[in-house]
Amino acid sequence: MSMPNAKTNGDAPRIGVYVCHCGINIAGKVNCSEVAKFAATLPNVVVSRDYKFMCSDPGQEIIQEDIRERGVNRVVVASCSPLMHEKTFRKACMDAGLNPYYFQMANIREHVSWVTQDKAEATEKSKALIAAAVRRVGLHQPLEKRFVNVNQDVVVVGGGIAGIHAALTLASAGKHVYLIEREPTIGGHMAKFDKTFPTLDCAACILTPKMSDVKSHPNITLWTYSEVVGVDGFAGNFKVKVKRKPRYVKEEDCVGCLLCVDACVFKNAKFDDEFNLGLGKRKPIYMPFPQATPPVVLIDPTQCLRLAKGKCAEKCVTVCEKNAIDFTQQEKIEEVECGAVILATGFQVFDALRIPKYGYGKYANVYTSLEVERLVNASGPTGGEIVLRDGSKPKSVGIVHCVGSRDKKTNDYCSRVCCMYSLKLAHLVKERTGAEVYNFYIDMRTPGKGYEEFYDRLLEEGTHFIRGRVAEVTDWAMTPEEEGKLIIRAEDTLIGVPRRIPVDMVILSVGLEPHADADAVRRLFGISCSHQGWFTERHPKLAPVSTATDGIFLAGACQGPKDIPDTVAQAGAAAAEALAMVVRGHVELEPNTAYIHAELCSGCRTCIGMCPYNAIRTDETSEFQVSVVNEALCKGCGTCVAACPSGAIEQNLFTDGQIFEEIEGVLSYV
Amino acid sequence: MSNRLESASNQTFEPRIVAFFCNWCTYTAADLTGISRLLYAPNVRVIRVMCSGRIDPQFILAALREGADGVLIGGCHPGDCHYLEGNYKALRRFKLLKRFLKRMGIEEERVRLEWIAASEGDKVQRVVNEMTEQVRKLGPLRLFPLPHPETHGNGQQTPELVAAGQGGN
Repeated sequence: MSMPNAKTNGDAPRIGVYVCHCGINIAGKVNCSEVAKFAATLPNVVVSRDYKFMCSDPGQEIIQEDIRERGVNRVVVASCSPLMHEKTFRKACMDAGLNPYYFQMANIREHVSWVTQDKAEATEKSKALIAAAVRRVGLHQPLEKRFVNVNQDVVVVGGGIAGIHAALTLASAGKHVYLIEREPTIGGHMAKFDKTFPTLDCAACILTPKMSDVKSHPNITLWTYSEVVGVDGFAGNFKVKVKRKPRYVKEEDCVGCLLCVDACVFKNAKFDDEFNLGLGKRKPIYMPFPQATPPVVLIDPTQCLRLAKGKCAEKCVTVCEKNAIDFTQQEKIEEVECGAVILATGFQVFDALRIPKYGYGKYANVYTSLEVERLVNASGPTGGEIVLRDGSKPKSVGIVHCVGSRDKKTNDYCSRVCCMYSLKLAHLVKERTGAEVYNFYIDMRTPGKGYEEFYDRLLEEGTHFIRGRVAEVTDWAMTPEEEGKLIIRAEDTLIGVPRRIPVDMVILSVGLEPHADADAVRRLFGISCSHQGWFTERHPKLAPVSTATDGIFLAGACQGPKDIPDTVAQAGAAAAEALAMVVRGHVELEPNTAYIHAELCSGCRTCIGMCPYNAIRTDETSEFQVSVVNEALCKGCGTCVAACPSGAIEQNLFTDGQIFEEIEGVLSYV
Repeated sequence: MSNRLESASNQTFEPRIVAFFCNWCTYTAADLTGISRLLYAPNVRVIRVMCSGRIDPQFILAALREGADGVLIGGCHPGDCHYLEGNYKALRRFKLLKRFLKRMGIEEERVRLEWIAASEGDKVQRVVNEMTEQVRKLGPLRLFPLPHPETHGNGQQTPELVAAGQGGN
């Protein structure tokens, strides 16, 4: 018997079927040897085996040996999802000299063994899926991968610590980075903090050097006060449209001397200062905070008399020696091209108004934790003094944990950072005011390097811990000593007693939430998010910074609540992944494009209107005005194929014939 | 071979359902169902396509002809299509096909279109279980046993159809 040459096509299919046990992941539910025996009976199957781990080196070698020694020229692996290991096995085939597209996978793990109760049913379902794959692979064609060059620039969206770290990593590797930040300054939430847990490093001391590195780095183009409004293209070649909001101050000329702010016709700062969450005031022309990066002022057009009313003495203009004030600035849209995008858009804090029983917005001395961060901060509205609204120092402070976390009515997840930052605030409040501090917690969650030790330290410092979710915060006094205080009501679940703790100040440890517009952002970039709104990574363990969309990576809290160490680690990982893609210089595209059989095309042009990428056009030079697909533009959705009334369009890897075979295969029950 | 009609009379009819899931949302969601170990009925067999826009109505007809009792289509939520608008094309075709099936006397509950996002593993479980129950209530799809006008495979007639036809006569 002559051995068919596996490398040529056109030979009769000699199919090898390989059933993976995946340890007990599959074998625990599916009778793998029975399935392999069944597969051996299918037409054109010449080899059928089962093995513990097909994806392991020995597993792959089994396939390769069969290709080389036994003339196997089509391969079916029944194992996990093709989204997991299709690439692995295609490469194994290729390394053995077989075209990698003579391969098909049957998903008997995610779609069978992990979701089916009954062993017999799981075995039968596996057989059907393998039958489908065997029938399909017989019609596979040899295909060539497509390669597209990768633009060497990277766009980082969001200028918090995640975006900053990712941008600096990429820039120091020599890649040009566009860092795009919505606010007038980079720094994000971290710039608002005073100290960071558990080491009590000053947040500004460790963050602001990185911020100025961003500003001065020759490889970073920093666009603050800018938002991404459109994304086009695909991995390796994205076009990102950015809306640049007017500051009414020329960024390149302003030196940040603040003479204009002093000169402003508003003698007193009377507008809520966003950076200080409204706890401080600012003028219509302002610098967000002293270390703002870029160190440039901006004008709020709704408050500035010149911009809002058209009439003003324009003292800011007079005083500016650099002539940096420019009332004629307009919003503009700029477009940048890049090979990869890192999303580092962060989080927003839970809106404490959503839980009215905690009295936020009703009682003046109920603060959110982020507000207290500003109060504690030396450059905050009180210069670092922890004071009540009337200016007096609190003698007792209650910290309410899990506000907007671990709560079915708001967010069911744990925000991960609140226990630790509550401990930090407890320490700082006690240190600065000497007040009695009460922590109301459900569970203390302090996993992390040095975190549990920090908790121990707080216990030793004499901070009070009461285990119980707070029922309400009220000013309704029941005893003379409660008069004029805020009373925190909670059940101390460790002793089973309801308690009322009168305090001067209440701090609500608000949780982390996805940004209100996270859904709009993820649509812009074509990625998905969880039902809670966090951006979804490609794989929770093995691809934690990639997304299902090639070329889009995630860093920081936009993917889920995380603390600063984790955020920075993830930002480094995202930068590395983006770098790996950019440095490689090309991306491989699936050869699943559509093509048109000119001899079957009637020139009806139905397909042209179907294509979302304008990849199909009429060949005006052809006799019958037939359509042609531009392979470079085709993304391989196959919508035109399904629409063609003449059946003239085929999609590589998903031909009608292959899918019909698969349909018949899954229905061929034994 | 199959004893599905006997089973049907014994009240243990197990429907066969073919599903077409798009690669980016629903197939990924079905993987997540597995990763989350959410158990569901074994009656649905998934065929992966890149986009729900690839689903030719002929696929659905072929599945029903080849012995499926129901067909499930899964695509990305409106606005979320990886290819911008393939799911809208799928919806258009689906609506038209449903009217067509109705005229052919096929209950419209036998075909179902669902938008299932990559993160909605639990929805795959729910939809598959619901659909299986729904089709189980409807009973086997009985088509008139015409021999295949054309064959896509080995040319053999599907025995189930013959059986179904005999059962109906």
